[in-house]
Amino acid sequence: MEHIVIIGNGISGVTAARHIRKKSNKKITIVSAETDYFFSRTALMYVFMGHMTFEHTQPYEKWFWKKNRIDLVNGKVETVDTAKKKIDLANGDPIKYDKLIIATGSKPNKFGWPGQDLLGVQGLYSKQDLDQLEANAPDNKTCKRAVIVGGGLIGIEMAEMLRSRKIPVTFLVRETSFWNGVLPAGESALINEHILDHHIDLRLATNLVEILADENGRAKAVTTDKGDTIECSVVGLTAGVSPNIDFLKNSGIEIGRGVKVNRYLETNIDDIFAIGDCAEQHESIGQRRPIEAVWYTGRMMGETLAQTICGTKTEYKPGHWFNSAKFLDIEYQTYGWVFSERYKKDNEAHFHWRDDKENICITVAFDKETKQFLGINTFGIRMRHEIFDRWLSEKRSVSEVMEYLKDANFDPEFYTQYEDKIISKYNLDYGTTIRPKKKSWKRIFKNTKA
Amino acid sequence: MMKIIQNIGIALFIVALVIFAILPFSGSFKLDKTSFDTLIENHGIKSEIFKKNLEANIVGKEFAGYQAIAPIVQESINKANSVHVKNKEWSKKIYTSSDDLATAIRKKSGYGFIPENKGLMWFLTFGLGIIGALLFIVPQVVTLGPKGIKNDHIYHQSSTNKGWIAWLVFFFLVSFYLILYFKSEYAINWTYLVDPISKSLSGNPAGQWFVYGFMYCVVMTVMAIRMYIKYRHNKYQVLRTTSVLFFQIVFAFLIPEIMVRLQLSYSKGYDFKNAFPLDYDFFFSWNLKELLSSGGLGLFILVWGIVLTLVIVPVMVYFFGKRWYCSWVCGCGGLAETLGDPYRQHSSKSLFSWKVERWLIHSVLLFALVMTGFTLYGFFAETSTVFGIKVQSIMTTYSFLIGAVFAGVIGTGFYPIFGNRVWCRFGCPLAAYLGFVQRFKSRFRITTNGGQCISCGNCSTYCEQGIDVRAYAQKGENIVRSSCVGCGVCSAVCPRGVLKLENGPIAGRINPTEVLLGNDVNLMKFVNKK
Repeated sequence: MEHIVIIGNGISGVTAARHIRKKSNKKITIVSAETDYFFSRTALMYVFMGHMTFEHTQPYEKWFWKKNRIDLVNGKVETVDTAKKKIDLANGDPIKYDKLIIATGSKPNKFGWPGQDLLGVQGLYSKQDLDQLEANAPDNKTCKRAVIVGGGLIGIEMAEMLRSRKIPVTFLVRETSFWNGVLPAGESALINEHILDHHIDLRLATNLVEILADENGRAKAVTTDKGDTIECSVVGLTAGVSPNIDFLKNSGIEIGRGVKVNRYLETNIDDIFAIGDCAEQHESIGQRRPIEAVWYTGRMMGETLAQTICGTKTEYKPGHWFNSAKFLDIEYQTYGWVFSERYKKDNEAHFHWRDDKENICITVAFDKETKQFLGINTFGIRMRHEIFDRWLSEKRSVSEVMEYLKDANFDPEFYTQYEDKIISKYNLDYGTTIRPKKKSWKRIFKNTKA
Repeated sequence: MMKIIQNIGIALFIVALVIFAILPFSGSFKLDKTSFDTLIENHGIKSEIFKKNLEANIVGKEFAGYQAIAPIVQESINKANSVHVKNKEWSKKIYTSSDDLATAIRKKSGYGFIPENKGLMWFLTFGLGIIGALLFIVPQVVTLGPKGIKNDHIYHQSSTNKGWIAWLVFFFLVSFYLILYFKSEYAINWTYLVDPISKSLSGNPAGQWFVYGFMYCVVMTVMAIRMYIKYRHNKYQVLRTTSVLFFQIVFAFLIPEIMVRLQLSYSKGYDFKNAFPLDYDFFFSWNLKELLSSGGLGLFILVWGIVLTLVIVPVMVYFFGKRWYCSWVCGCGGLAETLGDPYRQHSSKSLFSWKVERWLIHSVLLFALVMTGFTLYGFFAETSTVFGIKVQSIMTTYSFLIGAVFAGVIGTGFYPIFGNRVWCRFGCPLAAYLGFVQRFKSRFRITTNGGQCISCGNCSTYCEQGIDVRAYAQKGENIVRSSCVGCGVCSAVCPRGVLKLENGPIAGRINPTEVLLGNDVNLMKFVNKK
């Protein structure tokens, strides 16, 4: 029986294992040094905030692994011996494999800041990071202030976590407006305001210079390039993540920033594959980045690779880009491509609408010339994934998207609808006379697989 | 500042709670001869032995609140009945329970501070309790911060993480139900507090069930205010809360009381929204007799009850799912969604619990139906024994096991430990019936939004019915489950906008998916393989 060994029990590795089991009888082993069982990394914040226990973040009960004959090994992989087709563990016997899947995810970036390895300085990625934060910041007496460095998704989550314990938070963001390398200006401005509403001390266009230590080697303050010294007990480093692949350095597996893979998720060595955050495409797929540290892409790579391993060689072909996040109380969804001013191409025009009272806004990207709809960002309004996926495939025009926008609304029943306001702003901006069509079940469920 | 107000609120609430808890065991009772005679007459008791014996033991004697009267009554019943059975004097045998008699004796014989200061005592219990609770709840408008999902520290606080406060609440609730159902003589001091309200509504003094009904409305109202504040960003929750509150206060509480006041032909009040088989005694022979002898109104209620269960309920479930009843109308659901909301996360999500759930709830439905079959047969055949089984004993067993212990003591008493829908999930026969309709013939589903799920588990954690919502959402499948009461909280707590409760076309309602949306694997390949 062929033995499939998967390094990493995150969403990519576990999805691959599940789908291999669905399609085959192969022996499957998952090795992880992080936790005994798969958990949802994205939910760690809710454990800290007391919304859930850690057990709640585990999507499968313990019997699941036994029933599906997926062997779990808690161990740290030291080296991969590609010649003998085995992996060596720091603690425990080597494991022989027939096919090896590398799904080791990411680790938080550290950019060589002085003091970055002091006590009280940490990232937020793993279960260990959560435990560490629990020790570093149990309450606002132990942790008098925290400084978070890096204005991305993990940074704002960490700020929210610490604020839930009434810990004062200073948030250092390199950019002139929150996440404006990704978000268009209007949206980024909305989030800036919302961050301040949550009493987070947001410092834009500010960089970390140094983390200062006290006599016990603990962080006691940071200095910034604005000349400020900010006293604090905890420093959160959340300036992005990079592939967690140090153990592969001398293995002969080709690595760049991540493990280099082709469209079939194969590495340069036969029977070794890489998926998820740690995989780096030789060439970008469409407008995607070569490394995508996103939950959904990890899952999709796992689904795809399982096909290949079970005999149906399948190319990794992610469909239309989509993503979502939540910034404190504001939900964000995106479908297709909406680029920030910094990365926007010449042909990309934006229609932006923001409600005058609520924290709600949308940005629709379209081609200036052809008027083709390119993508949508929504804040505070939920949208239907299937509808936008279909509209993107059908290359709808922006005016069609506006006309049928009500079909795409996914907000809970009885919620205030904003489509009329949005469309009248659109008409005003572009001198059009679009009248919104009423929501139609028939259109919504057209093409759905029954 | 807000913290101070909240602490004052907690203090007031605790004072009210302590007074309320002491009441059953305080006060004094002394029955005079006239009251005793009326009481015996009202209960239609013809046994002279009983009368003499009880009179000697009770009348003119002083009892303190903590002294039980029921055992004394029971002793007299035993003495009298042993003689009457021996002499085959069946008409003299006493069937009234000692608990009921003791309760009636207490109600007639209380004297002293409590019955003489009903208004003050009401204020010290209900009044302070309401003020205290509101002082704690209303400042949350500010303390919770900007509107949104506010579940911070639920698993850090002993009130909501099964800690010592939760166990204290559990002990209090269970004791309250035990007194209410099984030791009602101790509830008499509570009835004095609400006598004025009862008299103004129905014209009668209050019994323990009036206390319960009134308290139910008060608790729901106060906790509904908490819901309004917590979910002020969510119109579905606001409307749903208003709806259950309306049906509880108007349909379950006011209309039945007013029916009694108007002295309509059907002498008891009737809760027009309470559908059989949740309303399990609707077809009991005594109720049928009463309905049939109450002229037009009785007949109307009989027809309404049947139409409600056989037509209205399933048709509405077809269009809207069972939520229209369970979390928009039902009283049990109403309490679960208000008082029980802080405990919703405790429902077990294990596969094992799901198995237990299916066995248990369907057994109760079967039990209710079989019992009703027996009572109907007994009614039409005019017999009290069917297949050699006494119909009365089946009804008593059901009322005790299901009506009192399951729905009351376990169903509500165990909120802080097992979650707020124990009864609805494991026991309610109406829910089982609606569940069949919802699972097999309904437009309702919880739609999963393509591939947006991140498996975080908020939905499963906060599902009060113990549905592992995430198990479906992370596979891109819609959630179509018989037990879902459509409370809408999974959709509310989802940080990525993945879940939406909706009523739509049946086609595509159940959507097993091989590969999630977003991954352009050639789907035709999979389809062809099948």
